[in-house]
Order: sequence, then structure tokens, then C-alpha cells
Amino acid sequence: MYRSIFYGEINGQLIHMQSNGCRWIRGSGSRHKPSNVDEKQWILNRKTEYRESTMWDARYYVGLRISISNHALVCCGISQFFVLRKNVKRGKRMPKIQVRQLSKVFGRQPQLALKLLAEGWTKEQIFRQTGLSVGVNQVSFDVEEGEIFVIMGLSGSGKSTLVRLCNRLIEPTSGTIFIDGEEIIGMNATQLREVRRKKLGMVFQNFALFPQRTVRENVEFGLEIQHVPVDARQEKAREAIALVGLEEWENAYPVQLSGGMRQRVGLARALANNPDVLLMDEAFSALDPLIRKDMQDELLELQMTMKKTILFITHDLHEALRLGDRIALMRDGQLIQVGRPEEIMTDPADEFVKKFVEDADLSRVLVAKNVMKRAEAITPDKGARVALQLMMDNGVSSLYIVDKKRSLLGLVSAYDVSLAISTGETLSTIMKTDIPTVSPDTLLHDLIPMMADVHVPIAVVGEQQRLLGVLVKGAVLGGLVGKVNISDERIERLRVEVKSDGLRA
Amino acid sequence: MDSVPKVPIDKWVEGFVAFLGEYRGELFDPIDSVISGMLTFFSTVLTGVPFFIIILLFGALTWVFGKRNTMITTVIGLSLIYNLGYWENTMETLGLVIVSALVSIVVGIPAGILCARHDAFRNLMTPVLDLMQTMPAFVYLIPAIFFFGLGEVPGVIASVIFAMPPIVRLTNLGIRQVPQELAEAADAFGSTGWQKLWKVQLPLAKTTILAGINQCIMLALSMVVIAAMIGAKGLGADVYRAISQVDIGRGFEAGLSIVIIAIVLDRITQHAGQKERETI
Repeated sequence: MYRSIFYGEINGQLIHMQSNGCRWIRGSGSRHKPSNVDEKQWILNRKTEYRESTMWDARYYVGLRISISNHALVCCGISQFFVLRKNVKRGKRMPKIQVRQLSKVFGRQPQLALKLLAEGWTKEQIFRQTGLSVGVNQVSFDVEEGEIFVIMGLSGSGKSTLVRLCNRLIEPTSGTIFIDGEEIIGMNATQLREVRRKKLGMVFQNFALFPQRTVRENVEFGLEIQHVPVDARQEKAREAIALVGLEEWENAYPVQLSGGMRQRVGLARALANNPDVLLMDEAFSALDPLIRKDMQDELLELQMTMKKTILFITHDLHEALRLGDRIALMRDGQLIQVGRPEEIMTDPADEFVKKFVEDADLSRVLVAKNVMKRAEAITPDKGARVALQLMMDNGVSSLYIVDKKRSLLGLVSAYDVSLAISTGETLSTIMKTDIPTVSPDTLLHDLIPMMADVHVPIAVVGEQQRLLGVLVKGAVLGGLVGKVNISDERIERLRVEVKSDGLRA
Repeated sequence: MDSVPKVPIDKWVEGFVAFLGEYRGELFDPIDSVISGMLTFFSTVLTGVPFFIIILLFGALTWVFGKRNTMITTVIGLSLIYNLGYWENTMETLGLVIVSALVSIVVGIPAGILCARHDAFRNLMTPVLDLMQTMPAFVYLIPAIFFFGLGEVPGVIASVIFAMPPIVRLTNLGIRQVPQELAEAADAFGSTGWQKLWKVQLPLAKTTILAGINQCIMLALSMVVIAAMIGAKGLGADVYRAISQVDIGRGFEAGLSIVIIAIVLDRITQHAGQKERETI
């Protein structure tokens, strides 16, 4: 019996399909196993081939192995394949971390629990019947380079287990993880150690500083175990300590420091060997609220220059909203929703998420571009009559004047325009130019006082004064109570607009 | 009841001892020569060096490791031993204790580390350690004499068997008590197993391990009288002789000397660990 294998992504899941004697992929080399070749070796070679193939981005290999007899799925896979290939050709970047179908079951017969999960049992049923504890249940997500990806959940939701699976402090029961396209699961001890030393830094909830070592010796630890010469590692440790502002405390012992300072040391220790990825397990949870906020600010500030990929675990919604470029909500070992903060807030996936985000302060999450309306605008070379007609058509009482590149020039009111029709003045002479504007990333929290002061609509402008939209009171207030349903599409469109504006500028 | 045969544990043990006896030369001669070599070395040094130098040395040790005021107790106590005329036997006993403690440490700490790293090994060791601590010493003295002959070597063996368990137990405990987050931190930064052990676990377990060593020395000291019964020299021999001659006075003097040595050794080793910095 011949066997074909296929690696691809269907519905966001990396899969590795096996089919029986069916030809379906165009490409170099035979996809069928010659009879004189050992099967295991052959599969291994195929894997390597796919891995090294330029046609396939490194992201498209083995995740989950499913045996299929259904050729339709194969066809689906093929079409998916061409889509993916297009993405690769367009230079779509590979995610920094890819987690695929990752599961962890604690107990003696983990495979049994996996089988039951596949049959649709809940975590609780499994625990009651078998005593097996499901920590993480078939979790898949990507973390893009340079982003802060927050995993949020209540205690016992498996979030700390999940982050430990990423550097294999805990071995997963099934599923896989790629960092920079390298499969972490399946690495031998030496390879894993190399990855941990060079690519991963970790910050712990209770700091996990070595009490017998000074601040500097703690920070040096990661370099010391790599046998970096003393001078070089002291130099690097000092740099890292300076980053977190603890130069004065270099020779102090952890017991002599306050909680906030200890976690700074923890952060410096993780940064000292300059890893690409930071794993932060409830890093600020043990700190009191004011210090926590300082640390969050500091992390964001550091992140502006460092551009690390950060996997941040927290149970604190406000922390997640402050820090996260994207947030994943976790419950009972599963991801319930993954999205940008404003999506989570305004479009919760289910009741659980809704309850979770209920008491959050929306004004600190939503920004101007989330609640702005389309701005009606006209170029100044058009006549006053055209302007008035446009206002009447759209039911607005004022109109923005923009140039050909849609850069904001001014604002005319319906009253001024109707005067201008009689006097024959042009739009550019009657327009007001001192109009309030905000950037699309202004928080609602900062907008509200401004809106109270002015009586004309506020324009949202991007770079080069480009007009993006307008803020009207009703929409802003609606946003505050979560009434504005921001669809993905709309946000994406806004995002693209903002981005392309930036590019053109 | 006669229908249920007795479990022949006695036969098994005898068979095992006989089996060991056949290979006595290969198995026990190296141990014998190492231990007697160490004993000769320590007793030569301790009895060869003038008494006042030893007293000063111990005074200095308590000064460095212990509390300052115990130094005076040490000097007075040791001088009293010299005055009573038990100096030479005290040094013999001290040599015996030092050798027993050294052997216990050399075997016990690695065993404790293994226990901490492998649950299976710990589960295997726990009953063995219980056996070592509670089995009456005379029971294993008989085969020890059979293998090593009369003298000080079986005395050391008996002391080691009795005194080693606390080191194994406390080393295991000390390493297991290292907060999991710290061990995880060591792993997360890419430590090898050895690096984790040397740079994180052992330094943090140090205080507990030192407490084990302290216990070990005390227990080794408590075995000197029993060791004397099979021919070991030292204060134990004095006590043993006093018992057999019902010489109350000499018995008390020799016993007092043992107590003084015990106090001195305890103060030196007990405080060595306590100077460590508090852990978070």
C-alpha cells in the first residue's frame, strides 16, 4: 500500500495528512514511497524535504497527524496549499511562535484523557471519572514577532502550564510548538538547552531570584551557565541592570530589595542574554497595584526599543488590556477567544468572556479610530452649492475641506456655506482652520474632556493631517457602554487605511 | 500453624553473609585498608601534635564558625580533659569520629542527591535508612567483625551505618525544599543538570546539609562505646573498662570527656550553617 503525506494548514490548524495511494501534489520528486525504502526513513525524508523546501514556508509542517480516507479533505488541502504558497510568495512573515494543538494532561494515563477529550468529554467529567487533570486542551495560536501576546485566564485555567510548555519546563502530552520555525517539541536535551539559552528568557511570578547571589550575579546567571568569560558577562549584566534602573543596587542581595526592585532584577536577568522571546508568567501579579502599574509602563517603554516577542500571562484584565497587542482568553485549558483588546471588549465570543470583561473600563481600551464615523469632506475647488448639497444629502451640518491627498484644510458650517452662496465667496475663504483634531490612537479616556469643551465635531487625522474620520458625541458615548459593535472587517479596514496612509506619506 | 513454614530470613541472611565471606578479600580488603589508613593518619596527627596546639586550633575553629563566647568553653573543656589524663584517648576517639563522619559525608551526600533527583531511588533508600538507624548495632557488628576482624575498622563501619542516614535524609530534604520556581529558573535559562545542582540546589540546600553533618557527627560520637566493645581504642574503651570494673569515678570522667568533645564538635558544626543569608 502506498502512502502519501501532506503537510498543510486547514482552518488554521497545521495538519499532516496521510492518504492511501492518491496522487495529488504537484512538485518535485515522487510522493509515493518506493517499495525498497524503509517507511519510517521515507517519512522522515519527506518531512525534511518539506521543511527545507522553498515553496513551503517553514510554518507549514507537521502539527497533527490525521489519517484520512476522505479525498475531499485532500482537495481542500490542495486549494489551501496554493493560498499558502501565495502568502509565502508575498513575503508574509512567519510567526515567531506557533503553537499547534498543544495539550497537557497530568496523571498516569494521559493518552486516555486525550481520547476522551476527542470524544467530547469536558475537563471536569474526565477528572471525576479518571482522576486525570487536563491542564491544556488542544491550544493553537501564533505569536507574531515583536508583539506582546497576553494569555489571560482565572487561576486553574492552565495559563501557567501553557507558558511552561513553551520552553518545555513541562513536557506536552501532544501537539507541537515552533519557535522561528524550529520545532521545540522533539528536540533533544542539548538542542533544547541551546534554544533556552539563546532565544528564551523567562520572568517568574515570585521573581525566582537566587538568594545567595547578588543582583549582578543573578543577572549574570544565564551567561554564566553558557561559560561566557567573566568580563564579558559582567559587562552585559551591567547593561541589563542599567536598562531596569538598578545600577545602585548591583551588589545588593535579593532580600535587601523591595518587590518591585526584585522583579526588575528578574526582568534584567531575562534580558541579559538578549533573547528574542520573553516568557512572563504572572510577572507583575505579586506586586502591589501602584508598583504593578509602574512596571507595566516600564515594560511598554522597554518594548518600544527592544521589540521582543513577549508571551505574557496574567489573570488581571486591566493588565492584559494595557499591555496586550493581542489577548487570548483561556478557560479550562482551552482558548476561548483570541483578539485585539478592543475586539475582546466589544465583541466577546461568549458569556464567559462577556462576564470577564464586564467591569473593564472601556474608555481605557477603545481609541478614537474605534468609534469614529466616516467624515464627509470636499475639496476647496468645488463650489459652495456643491458643498451645501453634499451636506443635505448626508444630513450633516458641517463639512471638512480636504486637498486631493485628503489632507485636512479646514471646516465649513452649513450656515457659512449658505452665506457664501449669496456672496459668491469660495470655500477656501470661508472655512475655519483652527479646528480640533486628534490622532486615531487617542484613548477615549483622553477624548472625553476634550469633547466636553468643544462644540464642533473633532476630526481624526493621521500622519500629514490626513482626514480619517470624525468623532461625534453619540458614537463616543455608545462606545463607552460597549454599544458599538466593531466588526473585524471594519477594524481591519481602518487599520489598512491608517497603515497605507502612513506608507504613502 | 505448623503447616505454614517459617519464612527462612535467618537462612537467607546467613547465606548472603557466607556469600560475601567467600569474596571477603576482593570486597573488603580495599575498604579495610582505606579506613585503617585514614585512622592511622588522624590518630598520628592528633596524638603527635602537642596538646596545646590542638586546644588552640579548636579555640580558633569555634571563634571562626561558632559563637565567640563558646570559644572559652572549648578551651576550658579541652584543658580539663588533658588535666584528667584522657587526652590521648580523646584524640583516638576524635580520629574515629572524624573518619566516620568523612566516610558518611562522602557516601551520604551523593546518595542524598540521588534521592532528591529520583523518586524511585528515594523510595528504595527510605526503608534502608530506617533499617540502618533502628537495627541494633550489635546485629551488624557480628558480620562486621567477621569481615574486618576485631579493631577499629568495624567500629568505623558501625558508626557510619548509624550516622549516615541523617546526611542522606537531610541532603534529600534540602534539595527538595529548594523552591520549585528557582529550579525552574535554572532550567529556563538553559542549565545542565550539573549546573542546576552546583549553582542553585546545593547552595540553597547548604544549611540543611550542614545540619545533617552535625547530626552525623553527634551520632558517630554516640557509637564510640559500642565500637570499644569490639576493640576500638579511645574514650569508649575507658568507659567500657569502667563498666566492667564497676569503677564509677573513672567511668564518669571518661563519660564527661565524651560530653565535652560532643559539645565542642556540635558548636563548631551547628553554627557553621547558620551564618548563611536568609532565603526569600
